[in-house]
Amino acid sequence: MNYTPVIGLEVHAELKTKSKMFCGCSSDYFGQKPNTHTCPVCLGLPGALPVPNKKAIEWCIMIGLALNCKIANFSKFDRKNYFYPDLPKGYQISQYDQPFCQKGSVKLANGKQIGITRVHMEEDTGKLIHQGDSTLIDFNRSGVPLVEIVTEPDFENAKEVVEYLKKLQQIVRYLSVSDADMEKGNMRLEPNVSLRKKDVKELPKYKVEVKNINSFRFVEKAIVFEIKRQTEILENGETPAQETRGWDENKQKTVSQRAKEAANDYRYFPEPDIPPIRFTQDQISKIKSQMPELPIAKLSRFIKDYLLSEYDAEILTREKDLADYFEKTVNDAKDSVKYLTIRPSPKIIANWLINKRPDIDKILPARLIKEIILAGELTRVDDIELEKVIKKILFENKKAVADYNSGKIQVIGFLIGKTKQHFPKADTNQIKTMIGKLISLYT
Amino acid sequence: MKLNQLTIKQAQEGLRNRKFSSVEITKACLEQIKKHDKKLNAFITITEREALESAGKADELVSQGETLQDKPLLGIPIALKDIFSTKGIRTTAASNVLKDYMPVYDATVVEKLKNAGAVIIGKTNCDAWAHGSSGENSDFGPTKNPWNTEYVPGGSSSGSAVSVASDMCIVATGTDTGGSIRHPASFCNVVGLKPTYGRVSRYGIVAMASSLDSIGHITKTVEDSAIILNTASGKDPKDATTLGFPIPDYTESLKKEIKGIKIGVPREYFIKGTDPQVSALVKKAILVLEKQGAKIVELPHTQFANPCYYIIQPSEVSSNLARYDGIRFGLGRENFGDEAKRRIMLGTYTLSAGYYEAYYKKAMQIRTLVKKDFESAFTKVEAIITPVSPTLPWKLGEKVDDPLKMYLSDIFTITANLAGIPGLAVPCGFAEGLPVGMQILGPQFSEELLFQIGYAYEQATEWHKQKPNL
Repeated sequence: MNYTPVIGLEVHAELKTKSKMFCGCSSDYFGQKPNTHTCPVCLGLPGALPVPNKKAIEWCIMIGLALNCKIANFSKFDRKNYFYPDLPKGYQISQYDQPFCQKGSVKLANGKQIGITRVHMEEDTGKLIHQGDSTLIDFNRSGVPLVEIVTEPDFENAKEVVEYLKKLQQIVRYLSVSDADMEKGNMRLEPNVSLRKKDVKELPKYKVEVKNINSFRFVEKAIVFEIKRQTEILENGETPAQETRGWDENKQKTVSQRAKEAANDYRYFPEPDIPPIRFTQDQISKIKSQMPELPIAKLSRFIKDYLLSEYDAEILTREKDLADYFEKTVNDAKDSVKYLTIRPSPKIIANWLINKRPDIDKILPARLIKEIILAGELTRVDDIELEKVIKKILFENKKAVADYNSGKIQVIGFLIGKTKQHFPKADTNQIKTMIGKLISLYT
Repeated sequence: MKLNQLTIKQAQEGLRNRKFSSVEITKACLEQIKKHDKKLNAFITITEREALESAGKADELVSQGETLQDKPLLGIPIALKDIFSTKGIRTTAASNVLKDYMPVYDATVVEKLKNAGAVIIGKTNCDAWAHGSSGENSDFGPTKNPWNTEYVPGGSSSGSAVSVASDMCIVATGTDTGGSIRHPASFCNVVGLKPTYGRVSRYGIVAMASSLDSIGHITKTVEDSAIILNTASGKDPKDATTLGFPIPDYTESLKKEIKGIKIGVPREYFIKGTDPQVSALVKKAILVLEKQGAKIVELPHTQFANPCYYIIQPSEVSSNLARYDGIRFGLGRENFGDEAKRRIMLGTYTLSAGYYEAYYKKAMQIRTLVKKDFESAFTKVEAIITPVSPTLPWKLGEKVDDPLKMYLSDIFTITANLAGIPGLAVPCGFAEGLPVGMQILGPQFSEELLFQIGYAYEQATEWHKQKPNL
């Protein structure tokens, strides 16, 4: 391909504050009876005024800090004027030229830095429900706090985008500021895609935005599709149209929604109902101090403190709940079960959590420790001893080996079983790893 | 004296001493409305049943020994400009768009007045959406000046000024975005207060231009104005632009002597184009307060205030009126009158991409300069006195076809809105049988001082006691 994709991303994340952005209504709208979480403010009744939710602003700043942004000392809200039936005031309160957070970055696994242009605060709209010839409006979602995170056009392929999205989702979940649940719509994605010639530096003259994407898988498919579509157009000597497209999962393609020429002039101006907001360095430091440990920091700490492999540590830190549970179990194993002579090591606890996937909402760490102990004295077998035995087993079970190597990897269970006859108390993970290492030698 | 002619102060005393009942005052007001409102058209909605009911309740409370400590306005009939949301009482903004709109909640000020015991007697006429300076721009017909029904009463709080001037109520509320309280007060010979921006909550009041809207009231005396501000002012958790500045008892300091006070007169407010009769009356009034005459001050950016105001105000109006789409409440946008449409178009234009920098942003910079003019003037003098309007009340219909001429009638009042400072309009005489008012301006949160000056003037003169011959 003679073209390099230029991809940027806009992500909207709904915050899970108790109340809405500008009124006291509950923001927990999901599955509620329509129009039961409303008041004069979020219905846009005459005379109603917005009062900003302090917690939501703090959380927006936390997201900005987690994405290494600069936090503005002076910021304000603006009105974005446009008509749509789900927007009761005829304008959305958003931020235009002075967002709370700007100029951040996120590092991908390959070391590449993705620039964060801005992180700003706004309000969600109501929801239209089309029924036959009529349209109903549910304002329960109207005014729910929404954080918009915009990246620089730094991505070059769909894989990078998905990696970034997973990281972002993980960060907001760690901060406990959003459920970032794609299915419930509390995280919404809008990639913009264009292509430039391989050795050209400047950005392409057009941009295609893709909307209505509600899963990471679809975002990947939509980007891959767009790259292919735009390449074909460019190779015919034409320029793709500047437009907004939507992902159609049934047709497995993007479809044009509206040409950019008809784009709205939003007539932004400072929201006169909300005074500008100033932050002192102290206030920002205070917000920073309230932030929990972020995934990257936790990952390296797990590797260092618990002597875990990067692979294990990554799995354990993927979700904060699991990471917390792991640490609690390790500590409980150290402290509260001192009377036990056998104490599972962090590595054994990690293996147990990764392989057996116990229901951590139901099983308390103390009980888990007991289960691990009852399951057998989990000891690490000497690697040389283990290798000898496994080599022998692999030699004796040529059919299983051949099956495994041709893709039927589930036969590994049979081989683990054979090995366990020799080492009944051995850590399954250790056996599994060793078989995996040796089996390819027996093709 | 008839009961409907009472001031708040007099009504409070009479009720406390059981000289008369709230029902009696309320009935007297209702009777006056019935007698004269066909001619004057001050009211859009008269809430006779509710008024008599709450007056009855007030009397009950008085008989149970309720003191006026907790309910200072107990039993006092009040009229509300029809852009104050009133739960269960239709609120039209004098526009056909809202002719059947029934609010589900009370504005904060309405809630405060109710809690203080006030009796809501009705909703007053005004220029639709508070757009206007004459009271003629109402979809419910123009309000007439009680001093001469061929003349306009001033606007936009036309019905509020007229209802107080003609004793249809004891007090009325209003809103002032560019002079809409002070202007009709001066045209009708009553007292009008535009408080400091942020002193009184805007929550629940149909917004005109949010950064300029001030919520105030029209009364028969300066003392009454102070009594209402005691109830209405204060920080409101529902209005982020209200400030927690301490609230003094405005009635307490009222009678403080103002000897030696430095009053300023801005050169820019006594210019060609101002009716010489108006200038003369205001200058005479200043001499009453300061025998040696006032100090001349400069407010050099005054000449830019009107164009600046007519960019900021329509910009905000165009956005504030966007919610009237006929989807959730009210009727469709085709029901907007010409003036609202004019402001929507002007504001949409000045906020558009490419024009924002040239218009809105520039206007905001000028606004800062106007504000600084006042700040620097208030380092030299304590208060400034000017005419409220450059002209006497004009004849109905005289300016309706010339919006620019109409806009110019606000030139002396809009500066206070741009600067966010308070202004008090006080009657200061008559010319050609029509009232003339002066306005007293002070720094932000200087309402106490304005009341002191206004009160001192009232004590020395009789203008405010003049009543129209209905």
